[in-house]
Formats: sequence, C-alpha cells, structure tokens
Amino acid sequence: MLLYAIRSLPFLWQGLFVTLEVSVLVVVFSLIAGVILGVGIVYGPWWLYWPIRIYSDFLRGIPLLVLIFFLYYALPFVSINLTNIAAVVLALSAFETAHIIEVVRGAIQSIPRGQNEAAKTIGLRFGQRLLYVIAPQAVRRFLPPWMNAVVDTVKGSALVSLVGIVDLMLAIQQVIGRTYIPMPLYVLGAVMYFVINYSLSSASRALEARFAYIRE
Amino acid sequence: MTYHLNFDFVWRHFDKLGWGLVLSLELAFISILIGMAIGLSLALAYTGGGRFTRGIVAGYVEFIRNVPLLLLVYLVFYGVPSVGGFAYDATTSFVITLAVYAGATMVEVFRAGLAAIPGGLIDAGKAIGLTGWQRLLCVRLPTMFRIVLPSLSNAYVSLFKDTSLASVIAVPELTYGAQWINTNSFRVIEVWSVTAPMYLVTGYGLLFLLQRLERRFAVH
Repeated sequence: MLLYAIRSLPFLWQGLFVTLEVSVLVVVFSLIAGVILGVGIVYGPWWLYWPIRIYSDFLRGIPLLVLIFFLYYALPFVSINLTNIAAVVLALSAFETAHIIEVVRGAIQSIPRGQNEAAKTIGLRFGQRLLYVIAPQAVRRFLPPWMNAVVDTVKGSALVSLVGIVDLMLAIQQVIGRTYIPMPLYVLGAVMYFVINYSLSSASRALEARFAYIRE
Repeated sequence: MTYHLNFDFVWRHFDKLGWGLVLSLELAFISILIGMAIGLSLALAYTGGGRFTRGIVAGYVEFIRNVPLLLLVYLVFYGVPSVGGFAYDATTSFVITLAVYAGATMVEVFRAGLAAIPGGLIDAGKAIGLTGWQRLLCVRLPTMFRIVLPSLSNAYVSLFKDTSLASVIAVPELTYGAQWINTNSFRVIEVWSVTAPMYLVTGYGLLFLLQRLERRFAVH
C-alpha cells in the first residue's frame, strides 16, 4: 500500500505545483488590490469608502465555495470566457482581497493619529506621509495577520479541485480513484499541506515575536 | 447580451434552499457544541498539564489549523471508514469533521480566555477558601465564558459558512441545494444570486443577535 503512495508521488507533485501556482498568484493579486483598497477605505472620501466597505463585507459574508461556483459558472453566461484556472484565481483573489483590506485597515488605524499630523506639519505630501511615516510602522502590524491570510489562501486553494482543476487535492482524489487506498493518500496529502502551511504560520509567529517589543 | 433572467425554477425548488439553510445552521450548531466540549477539556488540560499534554494538544491544534477543511472532510468520510471497518452517513461524518475542526479553534479561544482571567480573582477565590474545583466552576469558567463570548460568536458564524463544504459529500445543506438547482436547470446566475444573499443575511443576522447577547454579558 505504501508502495502505491510512493509511486503516485510524481503525479501528486504536479498537483502540488498547481496548488502553489494558484496560491502564489492569489497572494500577489490580493496583496496589490488589498493594499490599494485598504488605503482607500482609511483615507478615501465617502464615495470611495462605501463601495469598498460593501465589497469587503459582502465577500467576507459568503462562503468561498459559493463564490467559486458563482464566478466559475456564471461568468460564461455574461459572455466573459476565462480559462478555468483564471476563473478560480479571480474568485480566490476577490475573496482574499476582502480579508487583506481589513488587515491593512487594522494596521494603518493602529498607528497613532499624531504621526500623520506630525508628518503634515513638516510639510509632507499624502504619498510621502504614507510611504515614509505610516507604512514603515504599519508593516509590522500587517505582516503577522497577512501571513495567516496566506495560510488561508493555500487552504482555500483546495476548493478549486471542486471545479475540476487538478491541484494537490484533486490529484489525491484521482490517485485514490485508481488505487482504492484512501487513507494513506489522504494522510500523505494532509502532510504535504501541513508542511507548507506550518512553515508559513511558524514564520508568522517568528515575525510576531520579532516585533513583540513594540508597545503602545 | 441576450440572457434573460428567469427565477421560476429557483422559486419552485426553494424548499431545497430553505431547508438547506436550516440544516446548515443545525450542522454549525451541533458542531460548535461538540467543538466547545473538546476545546474546553483540551484548554484546561493544556493550562494545567505538563510538557507531554501540552505537546499533544498543540499538535492537534496545529495539524487541524494547517490542513484544508476539504481534505479533512474527505479524510473522515472516505478515509476513516476504509481502515476502521465501519460506516456512518454523510451528515454524521460531516458533523464529526466540523466538530474536530471547531475543537481546534475552540482550544485556542478558551486557552486565551483562561489566560486573560485576572490573577487577583483566582487569589481571591483561594483566600475565601474555595477548593480547586470550586474555583474552576464558580470563578474561572464563568469569567472565561464572558471574556470569550465575542470569539465564540465569530467562530459560530464562520462555521456556518464552512458548512457549505458539506455539499461535496452530498449532505443536503444550502450549497448542495443550490448545486442541485444549478445542474438541473442551468439557471446559474439566478440560483447563486439567491443563495449568496441567504448566506449573507443569515450570517450577519446571527452576528447581530449574538452581539446583542455579548453586550448583555460583557465584562466591564
């Protein structure tokens, strides 16, 4: 039985590669979109604030699986034809962006108002205040919860198997479909996910410990 | 664009969505109850235990938190019966999975809650001569529950959303009902644009109610 599990490794490896590919894309897209929208929600006027707030609350209020099915099946009906990978990357990114927005908002709002006012007083423009005063302080508050969001992304990427993308999860399912030995393969898959995610969450804890000296 | 919205089929089979929603709430509720029992016992074991106990509890928490829930759902439904030589229906299987999953979250929540109890409170309990058990039941646990209430309501709403994964093993909850309508009518946009608000409204409604409960019991 173990032999089958070992022989299936190259196939699982391909699946793992897809999982990582989807995760990396989603992490990059959601980071960019999340930071922009997060800054928008903190400093933007009401016509920027409300759409972002509604977007974030809406996406955080529905299950990721529903969002994936919705975008995956509904986009073609409105004549948007994406490849299946692009559709799920879009769905996962949209979902993670909502979470990153809140992380960014929390990080920026944790910085005392006086910092921004002081920066204004010495004549820094908005971009400069953000870049030289707010961002360096906010990034410490941002990193640990962001790492948790990255772990959630990797875990969430397993859902793409349900729309037929052969990621690690579906690769495991397919090997089981052929060999009929579920348990060793599920355990193997769990270990593979665990190794990735545990390294990430350990890094998150290390970062938190690194910044533990900061007290407000 | 020539697509015309038509909700007829969705409304005709709305019972699948309505009862699915009820089942989702039930699944989440039973799971969080069992999860709280697991979480409380393990949190107490962790707080009072030696290195070995702590290692076991931490291992459980870390394992569950770093593996996708979908994989756990499959593992419990397909994997465990294959080596255990017994079978259970999909709903039971999912409740077990979600309870074990919730348990890992609850351990962390309760552990933090126990750690947040002011030391003076426990000392005061000692000073008036309460035994260890009495201190636990009358001082530490009531205080802890009031501290962790906000985390509990968040966990419940989050579990409610996680019940959507039960659809993959054909538990007839909300997402499953939606998929059924989806595959039988191809009214894709209609069915998901009814389902998503159902999750949304129920989730935020619950959160609102639970937050009122929190305020009632809040620690001042």
